[in-house]
Amino acid sequence: MIEVLHLSILVTIVVSGFLTIWFRNLLSSVISLAVLSLFISLEFFYMQAPDVAIAEAGIGAGLSTAIYIIALRACGRKQFRKEGER
Amino acid sequence: MNPLSVVARTVCNLFAWFLAVFGIYVIVHGHLTPGGGFQGGAVVATFMAFLLVAHGGRKMQSWVRKELFTLMECVGLTIFISAGLLGMSNTFFFNFLAKAGGLFGSTVPLGPNPGALNTSGTIALMNLSVGLEVVGGLSMILLYMFSGVHPEEPFGREETGHDR
Repeated sequence: MIEVLHLSILVTIVVSGFLTIWFRNLLSSVISLAVLSLFISLEFFYMQAPDVAIAEAGIGAGLSTAIYIIALRACGRKQFRKEGER
Repeated sequence: MNPLSVVARTVCNLFAWFLAVFGIYVIVHGHLTPGGGFQGGAVVATFMAFLLVAHGGRKMQSWVRKELFTLMECVGLTIFISAGLLGMSNTFFFNFLAKAGGLFGSTVPLGPNPGALNTSGTIALMNLSVGLEVVGGLSMILLYMFSGVHPEEPFGREETGHDR
């Protein structure tokens, strides 16, 4: 049972890392990066490093997401469409 | 930067205080439980990030001053260095407060216990000072990032950021 949980954590890390580079919307990309950080911190906790897990949850999921969102709010939105794309 | 909607502001106002209390808990229990000055300080700095994202930089700069965070950094670093230098009669960073009675100086009881907070000498003092310093530094990074973006945006206009 615990192996299934551990495997699901690892699969979620890979999937959210893929979604981070796959999303066209940058805000969705930042949110899935926060999910990646959260599950990496769960993995640290499973590996019996609660100290690193707290640091990862605070820095990775909290502060860096906030800094990315600040940077996104500072940018204007501009969309380019390729040929043939609707 | 204009503030977000009422829903986002209310949720951030509510949950930022839980974050601050949890971060202060991690800092104060640094020598007993996982975490310490840096981790707790990062959690407390997330409090400032919540309020900044929800309320916008202009309102936040009327609430706090950047000199406050510079003062927190300076006080934290001074306490850390002086706690290292005060034990200089033996070695650098000598734990002169441990088991001396007084501040953080009581003896650790034998066997399993719920955790005695008034122990461990200068380690708890250094956790407190590192926490103060990290809160000041990270909050100042966030405030300076906010003061750098869109200084010319007029107040009250609909927000034109990327996240709309």
